[in-house]
Amino acid sequence: MLILDYKLTSNTFSPLQMNQIPEVIRTIPLDYYLYFSTALFVIGIVGVLTRRNAIIIFMCVELMLNAVNLLLAAFSAYRSDPSGQVFVFFIMAVAAAEVCVGLAIIVMIYRNIRSTDVQLLNYLKW
Amino acid sequence: MTSIILLAGFGIINLFVGFLKSNRILLPLALLFLAVVFGVNMLSWNDTQSYFNNMLTIDNYAVAFTGIMVLSTLLILPFSQRYVEANDQNLAEYYAMLLFSLVGAVMMVSFENVIMLFVGIEILSISMYVLAGSDKKSIRSNEAALKYFLMGSFFTGILLFGIVLVYGATGTFNISEISAAQTDADGLQNTMFTMGLLIMIIGISFKISAAPFHFWTPDVYEGTPTLFTSFMSTVVKIAGVAAFYKLMVAGFAASYAVWFPTLIAITVLTLVVGNIGAVVQHNVKRMLAYSSISHAGYLLMSLIAFNERSDASIFFYSLAYATATIAAFGVLQLVTVQRGEESFQGFNGLGKTNPLLAFAMTISMLSLAGIPLTAGFFAKFFVFASILENADLMWLVVLAVILASVGIYYYFKVVIAMYLQPAGDYGRVKVTGFVSFVLIFITVLTILFGIAPALMSDIL
Repeated sequence: MLILDYKLTSNTFSPLQMNQIPEVIRTIPLDYYLYFSTALFVIGIVGVLTRRNAIIIFMCVELMLNAVNLLLAAFSAYRSDPSGQVFVFFIMAVAAAEVCVGLAIIVMIYRNIRSTDVQLLNYLKW
Repeated sequence: MTSIILLAGFGIINLFVGFLKSNRILLPLALLFLAVVFGVNMLSWNDTQSYFNNMLTIDNYAVAFTGIMVLSTLLILPFSQRYVEANDQNLAEYYAMLLFSLVGAVMMVSFENVIMLFVGIEILSISMYVLAGSDKKSIRSNEAALKYFLMGSFFTGILLFGIVLVYGATGTFNISEISAAQTDADGLQNTMFTMGLLIMIIGISFKISAAPFHFWTPDVYEGTPTLFTSFMSTVVKIAGVAAFYKLMVAGFAASYAVWFPTLIAITVLTLVVGNIGAVVQHNVKRMLAYSSISHAGYLLMSLIAFNERSDASIFFYSLAYATATIAAFGVLQLVTVQRGEESFQGFNGLGKTNPLLAFAMTISMLSLAGIPLTAGFFAKFFVFASILENADLMWLVVLAVILASVGIYYYFKVVIAMYLQPAGDYGRVKVTGFVSFVLIFITVLTILFGIAPALMSDIL
Protein backbone atom coordinates (compact mmCIF):
# COMPACT_ATOMS: atom_id res chain seq x y z
CA MET A 1 0.00 0.00 0.00
CA LEU A 2 1.20 3.46 -0.83
CA ILE A 3 0.42 6.63 1.00
CA LEU A 4 1.32 10.16 0.05
CA ASP A 5 4.11 12.04 1.72
CA TYR A 6 3.94 15.78 2.19
CA LYS A 7 7.67 16.41 2.18
CA LEU A 8 8.40 19.97 1.30
CA THR A 9 11.57 19.15 -0.63
CA SER A 10 9.78 18.15 -3.81
CA ASN A 11 6.89 19.77 -5.59
CA THR A 12 5.16 16.47 -6.30
CA PHE A 13 3.94 14.00 -3.68
CA SER A 14 6.40 11.13 -3.46
CA PRO A 15 5.03 7.66 -2.65
CA LEU A 16 5.98 6.38 0.80
CA GLN A 17 6.34 2.70 1.67
CA MET A 18 4.46 1.22 4.61
CA ASN A 19 7.70 0.41 6.45
CA GLN A 20 8.72 4.07 6.43
CA ILE A 21 5.68 5.15 8.45
CA PRO A 22 7.45 4.76 11.82
CA GLU A 23 10.07 7.22 10.62
CA VAL A 24 7.37 9.72 9.71
CA ILE A 25 5.79 9.23 13.12
CA ARG A 26 9.17 9.87 14.69
CA THR A 27 9.50 13.28 13.04
CA ILE A 28 7.27 14.60 15.85
CA PRO A 29 8.74 14.35 19.37
CA LEU A 30 7.22 11.64 21.59
CA ASP A 31 6.22 14.19 24.23
CA TYR A 32 3.78 15.81 21.84
CA TYR A 33 2.01 12.51 21.23
CA LEU A 34 1.78 12.01 24.97
CA TYR A 35 0.31 15.47 25.60
CA PHE A 36 -2.07 15.21 22.68
CA SER A 37 -3.33 11.75 23.65
CA THR A 38 -3.73 12.76 27.27
CA ALA A 39 -5.70 15.82 26.18
CA LEU A 40 -7.99 13.67 24.02
CA PHE A 41 -8.38 11.21 26.86
CA VAL A 42 -9.30 13.93 29.35
CA ILE A 43 -11.79 15.42 26.87
CA GLY A 44 -13.37 11.95 26.72
CA ILE A 45 -13.51 11.67 30.51
CA VAL A 46 -15.07 15.13 30.87
CA GLY A 47 -17.61 14.24 28.21
CA VAL A 48 -18.59 11.02 29.97
CA LEU A 49 -19.00 12.84 33.26
CA THR A 50 -20.98 15.83 32.00
CA ARG A 51 -23.16 14.74 29.07
CA ARG A 52 -26.64 13.31 29.57
CA ASN A 53 -27.33 11.60 26.26
CA ALA A 54 -26.29 7.93 26.36
CA ILE A 55 -25.07 7.99 22.76
CA ILE A 56 -22.84 11.02 23.35
CA ILE A 57 -21.44 9.43 26.51
CA PHE A 58 -20.70 6.40 24.40
CA MET A 59 -18.94 8.53 21.77
CA CYS A 60 -16.79 10.02 24.52
CA VAL A 61 -15.80 6.51 25.64
CA GLU A 62 -14.78 5.76 22.07
CA LEU A 63 -12.73 8.97 22.07
CA MET A 64 -10.89 7.70 25.15
CA LEU A 65 -10.15 4.39 23.44
CA ASN A 66 -8.88 6.17 20.34
CA ALA A 67 -6.60 8.39 22.41
CA VAL A 68 -5.14 5.17 23.80
CA ASN A 69 -4.76 3.74 20.29
CA LEU A 70 -2.90 6.81 19.09
CA LEU A 71 -0.53 6.72 22.03
CA LEU A 72 0.08 3.00 21.49
CA ALA A 73 0.97 3.58 17.84
CA ALA A 74 3.37 6.39 18.80
CA PHE A 75 5.11 4.33 21.52
CA SER A 76 5.28 1.38 19.18
CA ALA A 77 6.95 3.43 16.45
CA TYR A 78 9.42 5.01 18.84
CA ARG A 79 10.41 1.71 20.36
CA SER A 80 10.42 -0.17 17.01
CA ASP A 81 8.31 -2.79 18.75
CA PRO A 82 5.35 -4.21 16.78
CA SER A 83 3.47 -5.53 19.80
CA GLY A 84 2.03 -2.08 20.54
CA GLN A 85 0.47 -1.93 17.08
CA VAL A 86 -0.90 -5.44 17.51
CA PHE A 87 -2.58 -4.30 20.69
CA VAL A 88 -4.23 -1.50 18.72
CA PHE A 89 -5.99 -4.14 16.64
CA PHE A 90 -7.15 -5.93 19.77
CA ILE A 91 -8.56 -2.68 21.13
CA MET A 92 -10.32 -1.91 17.86
CA ALA A 93 -11.88 -5.37 17.71
CA VAL A 94 -13.02 -5.20 21.31
CA ALA A 95 -14.36 -1.67 20.80
CA ALA A 96 -16.37 -2.92 17.84
CA ALA A 97 -17.88 -5.69 19.97
CA GLU A 98 -18.66 -3.13 22.64
CA VAL A 99 -20.39 -0.89 20.10
CA CYS A 100 -22.65 -3.79 19.06
CA VAL A 101 -23.72 -4.53 22.60
CA GLY A 102 -23.89 -0.90 23.66
CA LEU A 103 -26.05 0.30 20.78
CA ALA A 104 -28.34 -2.69 21.29
CA ILE A 105 -28.74 -1.74 24.95
CA ILE A 106 -29.44 1.90 24.03
CA VAL A 107 -32.04 0.84 21.42
CA MET A 108 -33.68 -1.43 24.00
CA ILE A 109 -33.93 1.48 26.42
CA TYR A 110 -35.24 3.81 23.75
CA ARG A 111 -38.05 1.35 23.03
CA ASN A 112 -39.06 1.35 26.66
CA ILE A 113 -38.78 5.00 27.67
CA ARG A 114 -38.64 6.79 24.27
CA SER A 115 -35.48 8.64 25.25
CA THR A 116 -31.75 8.14 25.61
CA ASP A 117 -31.35 10.62 28.45
CA VAL A 118 -29.46 8.82 31.21
CA GLN A 119 -30.98 11.02 33.93
CA LEU A 120 -34.45 9.69 33.22
CA LEU A 121 -33.23 6.30 34.39
CA ASN A 122 -33.31 6.62 38.15
CA TYR A 123 -35.47 3.71 39.21
CA LEU A 124 -32.61 2.01 41.01
CA LYS A 125 -31.71 3.88 44.14
CA TRP A 126 -32.22 3.52 47.81
CA MET B 1 -5.89 -24.02 27.64
CA THR B 2 -8.11 -26.99 26.78
CA SER B 3 -10.71 -25.55 29.13
CA ILE B 4 -10.78 -22.31 27.11
CA ILE B 5 -11.24 -24.19 23.84
CA LEU B 6 -13.85 -26.51 25.33
CA LEU B 7 -15.83 -23.66 26.88
CA ALA B 8 -15.91 -21.71 23.61
CA GLY B 9 -16.90 -24.81 21.63
CA PHE B 10 -19.54 -25.88 24.12
CA GLY B 11 -20.99 -22.36 24.12
CA ILE B 12 -21.48 -22.54 20.36
CA ILE B 13 -22.98 -26.05 20.60
CA ASN B 14 -25.36 -24.74 23.25
CA LEU B 15 -26.47 -21.95 20.91
CA PHE B 16 -27.31 -24.45 18.19
CA VAL B 17 -29.17 -26.75 20.58
CA GLY B 18 -31.37 -23.72 21.19
CA PHE B 19 -32.95 -24.34 17.77
CA LEU B 20 -34.67 -27.45 19.14
CA LYS B 21 -38.34 -27.02 20.04
CA SER B 22 -37.97 -28.21 23.62
CA ASN B 23 -35.97 -26.39 26.27
CA ARG B 24 -35.69 -29.47 28.44
CA ILE B 25 -32.35 -30.69 27.14
CA LEU B 26 -30.54 -27.36 27.56
CA LEU B 27 -29.98 -27.39 31.31
CA PRO B 28 -28.70 -30.99 31.57
CA LEU B 29 -26.49 -30.35 28.55
CA ALA B 30 -25.00 -27.16 30.00
CA LEU B 31 -24.37 -28.91 33.32
CA LEU B 32 -22.70 -31.79 31.51
CA PHE B 33 -20.48 -29.41 29.55
CA LEU B 34 -19.40 -27.62 32.70
CA ALA B 35 -18.68 -30.91 34.46
CA VAL B 36 -16.52 -31.97 31.51
CA VAL B 37 -14.64 -28.65 31.59
CA PHE B 38 -14.16 -29.01 35.34
CA GLY B 39 -12.66 -32.47 34.90
CA VAL B 40 -10.46 -31.53 31.96
CA ASN B 41 -9.22 -28.47 33.83
CA MET B 42 -8.12 -30.64 36.74
CA LEU B 43 -5.94 -32.71 34.39
CA SER B 44 -3.59 -29.71 34.09
CA TRP B 45 -2.84 -29.81 37.81
CA ASN B 46 0.94 -29.81 38.44
CA ASP B 47 1.52 -29.54 34.72
CA THR B 48 2.57 -25.93 34.04
CA GLN B 49 2.48 -25.00 30.37
CA SER B 50 2.72 -21.81 28.36
CA TYR B 51 0.73 -21.13 25.22
CA PHE B 52 0.70 -18.62 22.36
CA ASN B 53 4.24 -17.36 22.64
CA ASN B 54 4.06 -17.11 26.41
CA MET B 55 0.84 -15.10 26.45
CA LEU B 56 -1.07 -17.57 28.61
CA THR B 57 0.35 -19.76 31.34
CA ILE B 58 -1.71 -22.54 32.87
CA ASP B 59 -0.16 -23.18 36.26
CA ASN B 60 -1.62 -24.44 39.52
CA TYR B 61 -2.84 -20.96 40.38
CA ALA B 62 -4.82 -20.74 37.13
CA VAL B 63 -6.14 -24.28 37.47
CA ALA B 64 -7.31 -23.70 41.04
CA PHE B 65 -9.18 -20.49 40.25
CA THR B 66 -10.61 -21.91 37.01
CA GLY B 67 -11.86 -24.79 39.16
CA ILE B 68 -13.66 -22.45 41.56
CA MET B 69 -15.22 -20.45 38.74
CA VAL B 70 -16.42 -23.48 36.77
CA LEU B 71 -17.76 -25.04 39.95
CA SER B 72 -19.59 -21.81 40.82
CA THR B 73 -21.23 -21.72 37.41
CA LEU B 74 -22.12 -25.38 37.78
CA LEU B 75 -23.86 -24.60 41.06
CA ILE B 76 -25.55 -21.43 39.75
CA LEU B 77 -27.10 -23.02 36.65
CA PRO B 78 -29.63 -25.29 38.47
CA PHE B 79 -31.35 -22.14 39.76
CA SER B 80 -32.23 -21.32 36.14
CA GLN B 81 -34.90 -24.02 36.27
CA ARG B 82 -37.64 -21.43 36.36
CA TYR B 83 -36.58 -20.25 32.91
CA VAL B 84 -36.89 -23.85 31.71
CA GLU B 85 -40.36 -24.18 33.20
CA ALA B 86 -41.49 -20.84 31.76
CA ASN B 87 -40.19 -22.10 28.39
CA ASP B 88 -38.05 -18.98 27.99
CA GLN B 89 -37.17 -18.42 24.33
CA ASN B 90 -33.67 -17.13 25.07
CA LEU B 91 -32.47 -19.80 27.47
CA ALA B 92 -29.88 -21.21 25.06
CA GLU B 93 -28.38 -17.73 24.65
CA TYR B 94 -28.17 -17.25 28.40
CA TYR B 95 -26.25 -20.49 28.86
CA ALA B 96 -24.02 -19.73 25.88
CA MET B 97 -23.29 -16.25 27.26
CA LEU B 98 -22.38 -17.70 30.65
CA LEU B 99 -20.03 -20.21 28.99
CA PHE B 100 -18.46 -17.48 26.84
CA SER B 101 -17.93 -15.20 29.80
CA LEU B 102 -16.23 -18.08 31.59
CA VAL B 103 -13.73 -18.10 28.72
CA GLY B 104 -12.86 -14.53 29.62
CA ALA B 105 -12.64 -15.41 33.30
CA VAL B 106 -10.23 -18.27 32.59
CA MET B 107 -8.09 -15.95 30.45
CA MET B 108 -8.00 -13.45 33.31
CA VAL B 109 -6.58 -15.94 35.79
CA SER B 110 -4.05 -17.46 33.41
CA PHE B 111 -2.71 -14.39 31.60
CA GLU B 112 0.99 -13.81 31.19
CA ASN B 113 0.64 -10.81 28.95
CA VAL B 114 -1.36 -7.66 29.67
CA ILE B 115 -3.05 -7.97 26.27
CA MET B 116 -4.60 -11.24 27.43
CA LEU B 117 -5.70 -9.62 30.69
CA PHE B 118 -7.47 -6.90 28.73
CA VAL B 119 -9.09 -9.30 26.26
CA GLY B 120 -10.19 -11.57 29.12
CA ILE B 121 -11.76 -8.70 31.06
CA GLU B 122 -13.60 -7.58 27.95
CA ILE B 123 -14.90 -11.05 27.02
CA LEU B 124 -16.18 -11.39 30.56
CA SER B 125 -17.68 -7.89 30.72
CA ILE B 126 -19.36 -7.78 27.32
CA SER B 127 -21.22 -11.01 28.07
CA MET B 128 -22.25 -9.58 31.41
CA TYR B 129 -23.56 -6.35 29.83
CA VAL B 130 -25.90 -8.49 27.75
CA LEU B 131 -26.99 -10.67 30.65
CA ALA B 132 -27.58 -7.64 32.89
CA GLY B 133 -30.17 -6.42 30.39
CA SER B 134 -31.58 -9.85 29.59
CA ASP B 135 -34.98 -8.97 31.05
CA LYS B 136 -35.78 -6.72 28.11
CA LYS B 137 -39.25 -5.59 29.21
CA SER B 138 -38.16 -4.62 32.72
CA ILE B 139 -37.06 -1.01 32.97
CA ARG B 140 -34.91 -1.82 36.00
CA SER B 141 -33.01 -4.46 34.09
CA ASN B 142 -32.57 -1.95 31.25
CA GLU B 143 -31.22 0.63 33.63
CA ALA B 144 -28.83 -1.89 35.18
CA ALA B 145 -27.53 -2.85 31.73
CA LEU B 146 -27.00 0.77 30.69
CA LYS B 147 -25.25 1.72 33.92
CA TYR B 148 -23.06 -1.36 33.86
CA PHE B 149 -22.24 -0.88 30.21
CA LEU B 150 -21.42 2.84 30.32
CA MET B 151 -19.41 2.62 33.52
CA GLY B 152 -17.73 -0.62 32.46
CA SER B 153 -16.55 0.70 29.11
CA PHE B 154 -15.47 3.98 30.74
CA PHE B 155 -13.25 2.13 33.20
CA THR B 156 -12.01 -0.15 30.44
CA GLY B 157 -10.71 2.99 28.77
CA ILE B 158 -9.00 4.01 32.00
CA LEU B 159 -7.44 0.57 32.43
CA LEU B 160 -6.16 0.75 28.86
CA PHE B 161 -4.60 4.15 29.42
CA GLY B 162 -2.73 2.70 32.40
CA ILE B 163 -1.57 -0.28 30.36
CA VAL B 164 -0.31 2.02 27.60
CA LEU B 165 1.62 4.25 30.00
CA VAL B 166 3.29 1.19 31.51
CA TYR B 167 4.06 -0.02 28.00
CA GLY B 168 5.57 3.34 27.15
CA ALA B 169 7.80 3.17 30.21
CA THR B 170 8.88 -0.48 29.93
CA GLY B 171 8.43 -1.31 26.24
CA THR B 172 6.69 -4.63 26.80
CA PHE B 173 3.32 -6.16 27.62
CA ASN B 174 4.72 -9.32 29.16
CA ILE B 175 4.32 -9.13 32.92
CA SER B 176 7.58 -10.84 33.79
CA GLU B 177 9.44 -8.48 31.45
CA ILE B 178 7.60 -5.54 33.03
CA SER B 179 8.77 -6.87 36.37
CA ALA B 180 12.35 -7.13 35.11
CA ALA B 181 12.26 -3.59 33.71
CA GLN B 182 11.56 -2.13 37.16
CA THR B 183 14.75 -3.45 38.67
CA ASP B 184 16.68 -1.04 36.48
CA ALA B 185 18.19 1.87 38.34
CA ASP B 186 15.60 4.51 37.47
CA GLY B 187 12.65 2.14 37.31
CA LEU B 188 10.77 3.60 40.23
CA GLN B 189 11.55 7.22 39.45
CA ASN B 190 9.77 7.05 36.14
CA THR B 191 6.64 9.20 36.48
CA MET B 192 4.98 7.65 33.46
CA PHE B 193 5.40 4.18 34.89
CA THR B 194 4.00 5.18 38.30
CA MET B 195 1.03 6.94 36.72
CA GLY B 196 0.34 3.93 34.53
CA LEU B 197 0.47 1.55 37.47
CA LEU B 198 -1.91 3.64 39.56
CA ILE B 199 -4.34 4.09 36.66
CA MET B 200 -4.32 0.32 36.05
CA ILE B 201 -5.15 -0.21 39.73
CA ILE B 202 -8.14 2.12 39.32
CA GLY B 203 -9.32 0.16 36.28
CA ILE B 204 -9.14 -3.22 38.00
CA SER B 205 -10.59 -1.90 41.27
CA PHE B 206 -13.70 -1.01 39.32
CA LYS B 207 -14.06 -4.57 38.05
CA ILE B 208 -13.91 -6.04 41.55
CA SER B 209 -16.15 -3.19 42.83
CA ALA B 210 -13.72 -1.82 45.39
CA ALA B 211 -14.58 1.58 46.86
CA PRO B 212 -14.42 4.39 45.71
CA PHE B 213 -15.18 2.71 42.39
CA HIS B 214 -18.08 0.67 43.77
CA PHE B 215 -20.98 3.06 43.03
CA TRP B 216 -22.34 0.96 40.17
CA THR B 217 -22.52 -2.27 42.19
CA PRO B 218 -25.77 -1.87 44.18
CA ASP B 219 -27.73 -0.52 41.23
CA VAL B 220 -26.50 -3.08 38.74
CA TYR B 221 -26.89 -6.00 41.15
CA GLU B 222 -30.41 -4.93 42.01
CA GLY B 223 -31.61 -4.46 38.44
CA THR B 224 -30.01 -7.56 36.94
CA PRO B 225 -32.06 -10.80 37.03
CA THR B 226 -30.99 -12.62 40.19
CA LEU B 227 -29.57 -15.62 38.36
CA PHE B 228 -26.99 -13.42 36.67
CA THR B 229 -26.40 -11.33 39.76
CA SER B 230 -25.13 -14.43 41.49
CA PHE B 231 -22.79 -15.05 38.56
CA MET B 232 -21.58 -11.44 38.68
CA SER B 233 -20.93 -11.45 42.39
CA THR B 234 -19.05 -14.75 42.36
CA VAL B 235 -17.30 -15.52 39.08
CA VAL B 236 -16.67 -11.95 37.94
CA LYS B 237 -15.37 -10.87 41.32
CA ILE B 238 -13.19 -13.94 41.87
CA ALA B 239 -11.68 -13.62 38.41
CA GLY B 240 -11.01 -9.94 39.04
CA VAL B 241 -9.29 -10.49 42.37
CA ALA B 242 -7.26 -13.44 41.09
CA ALA B 243 -6.12 -11.40 38.08
CA PHE B 244 -5.32 -8.43 40.31
CA TYR B 245 -3.17 -10.57 42.60
CA LYS B 246 -1.39 -12.23 39.71
CA LEU B 247 -0.69 -8.86 38.09
CA MET B 248 0.74 -7.46 41.30
CA VAL B 249 2.88 -10.50 42.15
CA ALA B 250 4.22 -11.25 38.70
CA GLY B 251 4.35 -7.74 37.30
CA PHE B 252 4.67 -5.11 39.98
CA ALA B 253 6.26 -6.74 43.01
CA ALA B 254 9.26 -4.42 42.67
CA SER B 255 7.01 -1.33 42.87
CA TYR B 256 5.46 -2.47 46.14
CA ALA B 257 6.26 0.90 47.72
CA VAL B 258 4.22 2.70 45.07
CA TRP B 259 0.99 0.73 45.14
CA PHE B 260 0.96 -0.38 48.77
CA PRO B 261 -0.38 2.93 50.24
CA THR B 262 -2.94 3.21 47.43
CA LEU B 263 -4.27 -0.27 48.04
CA ILE B 264 -4.36 0.26 51.81
CA ALA B 265 -6.59 3.30 51.24
CA ILE B 266 -8.79 1.40 48.77
CA THR B 267 -9.10 -1.54 51.15
CA VAL B 268 -10.07 0.54 54.17
CA LEU B 269 -12.62 2.50 52.14
CA THR B 270 -14.04 -0.71 50.65
CA LEU B 271 -14.45 -2.35 54.06
CA VAL B 272 -16.11 0.72 55.55
CA VAL B 273 -18.39 1.53 52.62
CA GLY B 274 -19.43 -2.10 52.10
CA ASN B 275 -20.28 -2.85 55.69
CA ILE B 276 -21.83 0.49 56.64
CA GLY B 277 -23.73 0.69 53.35
CA ALA B 278 -25.27 -2.74 53.89
CA VAL B 279 -26.62 -1.78 57.31
CA VAL B 280 -29.07 0.80 55.97
CA GLN B 281 -30.53 -1.31 53.14
CA HIS B 282 -34.14 -2.51 53.09
CA ASN B 283 -33.77 -4.60 49.97
CA VAL B 284 -32.07 -7.98 50.45
CA LYS B 285 -30.53 -7.91 46.99
CA ARG B 286 -28.98 -4.50 47.63
CA MET B 287 -27.79 -5.71 51.02
CA LEU B 288 -26.07 -8.64 49.29
CA ALA B 289 -24.56 -6.20 46.78
CA TYR B 290 -23.02 -4.12 49.58
CA SER B 291 -21.94 -7.34 51.27
CA SER B 292 -20.13 -8.30 48.07
CA ILE B 293 -18.34 -4.94 48.20
CA SER B 294 -17.23 -5.63 51.76
CA HIS B 295 -16.00 -9.10 50.77
CA ALA B 296 -13.95 -7.48 48.01
CA GLY B 297 -12.36 -5.55 50.87
CA TYR B 298 -11.43 -8.74 52.75
CA LEU B 299 -10.05 -10.24 49.53
CA LEU B 300 -7.97 -7.11 48.98
CA MET B 301 -6.64 -7.46 52.51
CA SER B 302 -4.96 -10.74 51.65
CA LEU B 303 -3.65 -9.08 48.49
CA ILE B 304 -1.92 -6.32 50.41
CA ALA B 305 -0.51 -8.84 52.89
CA PHE B 306 1.55 -9.88 49.85
CA ASN B 307 3.40 -12.87 51.28
CA GLU B 308 3.59 -16.57 50.54
CA ARG B 309 0.26 -17.20 52.27
CA SER B 310 -1.65 -14.68 50.16
CA ASP B 311 -2.57 -16.87 47.21
CA ALA B 312 -3.81 -19.69 49.43
CA SER B 313 -5.88 -17.30 51.52
CA ILE B 314 -7.38 -15.62 48.45
CA PHE B 315 -8.20 -19.07 47.09
CA PHE B 316 -9.90 -20.26 50.25
CA TYR B 317 -11.75 -16.98 50.72
CA SER B 318 -13.02 -17.12 47.14
CA LEU B 319 -14.23 -20.67 47.65
CA ALA B 320 -16.04 -19.89 50.90
CA TYR B 321 -17.47 -16.66 49.49
CA ALA B 322 -18.66 -18.35 46.28
CA THR B 323 -20.48 -21.22 48.01
CA ALA B 324 -22.22 -18.94 50.52
CA THR B 325 -23.16 -16.31 47.94
CA ILE B 326 -24.58 -18.82 45.47
CA ALA B 327 -26.81 -20.31 48.15
CA ALA B 328 -27.94 -16.86 49.30
CA PHE B 329 -28.78 -15.64 45.80
CA GLY B 330 -30.41 -18.98 44.95
CA VAL B 331 -32.78 -18.80 47.90
CA LEU B 332 -33.34 -15.10 47.24
CA GLN B 333 -34.33 -15.85 43.66
CA LEU B 334 -36.82 -18.53 44.68
CA VAL B 335 -38.33 -16.32 47.37
CA THR B 336 -38.51 -13.06 45.41
CA VAL B 337 -39.93 -14.61 42.25
CA GLN B 338 -42.71 -16.45 44.08
CA ARG B 339 -43.47 -13.91 46.79
CA GLY B 340 -42.87 -10.83 44.65
CA GLU B 341 -41.06 -9.01 47.46
CA GLU B 342 -37.34 -8.21 47.57
CA SER B 343 -37.24 -6.60 51.02
CA PHE B 344 -36.47 -8.35 54.29
CA GLN B 345 -40.21 -8.82 54.86
CA GLY B 346 -40.26 -11.17 51.89
CA PHE B 347 -38.41 -13.70 54.02
CA ASN B 348 -40.97 -13.60 56.83
CA GLY B 349 -41.83 -17.00 58.21
CA LEU B 350 -39.68 -18.91 55.74
CA GLY B 351 -38.47 -21.08 58.61
CA LYS B 352 -42.04 -22.37 59.04
CA THR B 353 -43.04 -22.70 55.41
CA ASN B 354 -39.75 -23.92 53.90
CA PRO B 355 -37.38 -25.26 56.57
CA LEU B 356 -34.83 -26.37 53.97
CA LEU B 357 -34.58 -22.99 52.22
CA ALA B 358 -34.41 -21.22 55.57
CA PHE B 359 -31.65 -23.54 56.77
CA ALA B 360 -29.58 -23.12 53.60
CA MET B 361 -30.01 -19.34 53.79
CA THR B 362 -29.04 -19.32 57.48
CA ILE B 363 -25.87 -21.31 56.88
CA SER B 364 -24.87 -19.06 54.00
CA MET B 365 -25.53 -15.93 56.08
CA LEU B 366 -23.48 -17.37 58.95
CA SER B 367 -20.69 -18.16 56.51
CA LEU B 368 -20.75 -14.67 55.00
CA ALA B 369 -20.70 -13.18 58.50
CA GLY B 370 -17.75 -15.41 59.44
CA ILE B 371 -19.28 -17.44 62.30
CA PRO B 372 -17.22 -20.50 63.35
CA LEU B 373 -18.03 -23.94 61.93
CA THR B 374 -18.74 -22.42 58.55
CA ALA B 375 -16.26 -21.89 55.73
CA GLY B 376 -16.49 -18.11 56.10
CA PHE B 377 -14.87 -18.21 59.53
CA PHE B 378 -11.72 -19.95 58.35
CA ALA B 379 -11.65 -17.79 55.22
CA LYS B 380 -11.47 -14.66 57.37
CA PHE B 381 -9.07 -16.41 59.74
CA PHE B 382 -6.60 -17.20 56.95
CA VAL B 383 -6.82 -13.67 55.58
CA PHE B 384 -6.12 -12.14 58.98
CA ALA B 385 -3.33 -14.65 59.66
CA SER B 386 -1.61 -13.80 56.39
CA ILE B 387 -1.86 -10.05 56.99
CA LEU B 388 -0.60 -10.34 60.58
CA GLU B 389 2.79 -11.49 59.31
CA ASN B 390 3.31 -7.78 58.78
CA ALA B 391 3.03 -6.45 62.36
CA ASP B 392 2.52 -2.85 61.18
CA LEU B 393 -0.87 -3.78 59.78
CA MET B 394 -2.36 -4.78 63.13
CA TRP B 395 -4.69 -1.78 63.00
CA LEU B 396 -6.15 -2.97 59.71
CA VAL B 397 -7.04 -6.34 61.22
CA VAL B 398 -8.68 -4.62 64.20
CA LEU B 399 -10.71 -2.44 61.84
CA ALA B 400 -11.69 -5.45 59.73
CA VAL B 401 -12.82 -7.43 62.79
CA ILE B 402 -14.94 -4.51 64.02
CA LEU B 403 -16.53 -4.17 60.58
CA ALA B 404 -17.06 -7.94 60.37
CA SER B 405 -19.08 -7.70 63.57
CA VAL B 406 -21.13 -4.93 61.94
CA GLY B 407 -21.74 -7.50 59.21
CA ILE B 408 -23.35 -9.89 61.68
CA TYR B 409 -26.08 -7.29 62.24
CA TYR B 410 -27.28 -7.10 58.65
CA TYR B 411 -26.86 -10.77 57.86
CA PHE B 412 -28.93 -11.68 60.90
CA LYS B 413 -31.77 -9.39 59.80
CA VAL B 414 -32.56 -12.08 57.20
CA VAL B 415 -32.29 -14.90 59.75
CA ILE B 416 -34.55 -13.04 62.20
CA ALA B 417 -37.16 -12.42 59.50
CA MET B 418 -37.13 -16.10 58.57
CA TYR B 419 -37.45 -17.59 62.04
CA LEU B 420 -39.02 -14.95 64.29
CA GLN B 421 -41.56 -13.23 62.05
CA PRO B 422 -44.95 -14.80 61.21
CA ALA B 423 -45.45 -15.84 57.61
CA GLY B 424 -48.67 -13.85 57.29
CA ASP B 425 -50.19 -14.26 53.85
CA TYR B 426 -47.12 -15.88 52.38
CA GLY B 427 -47.52 -19.54 51.52
CA ARG B 428 -44.98 -22.21 50.88
CA VAL B 429 -42.34 -21.46 48.25
CA LYS B 430 -42.33 -24.18 45.60
CA VAL B 431 -38.93 -25.84 45.20
CA THR B 432 -38.11 -28.68 42.84
CA GLY B 433 -36.20 -31.71 44.07
CA PHE B 434 -33.18 -30.86 41.94
CA VAL B 435 -32.82 -27.34 43.33
CA SER B 436 -33.25 -28.69 46.88
CA PHE B 437 -30.48 -31.19 46.22
CA VAL B 438 -28.15 -28.44 44.96
CA LEU B 439 -28.92 -26.27 47.99
CA ILE B 440 -28.18 -29.18 50.32
CA PHE B 441 -24.94 -29.83 48.44
CA ILE B 442 -23.82 -26.19 48.76
CA THR B 443 -24.72 -26.14 52.44
CA VAL B 444 -22.79 -29.34 53.07
CA LEU B 445 -19.79 -27.85 51.27
CA THR B 446 -19.96 -24.72 53.42
CA ILE B 447 -20.08 -26.72 56.64
CA LEU B 448 -17.45 -29.19 55.42
CA PHE B 449 -14.93 -26.43 54.70
CA GLY B 450 -15.80 -24.93 58.06
CA ILE B 451 -14.99 -28.14 59.90
CA ALA B 452 -12.08 -29.34 57.81
CA PRO B 453 -10.56 -26.30 56.09
CA ALA B 454 -7.29 -28.19 55.54
CA LEU B 455 -8.99 -29.99 52.64
CA MET B 456 -8.60 -26.89 50.51
CA SER B 457 -6.42 -24.39 52.34
CA ASP B 458 -3.06 -25.96 51.54
CA ILE B 459 -3.41 -26.90 47.91
CA LEU B 460 -1.83 -23.74 46.50
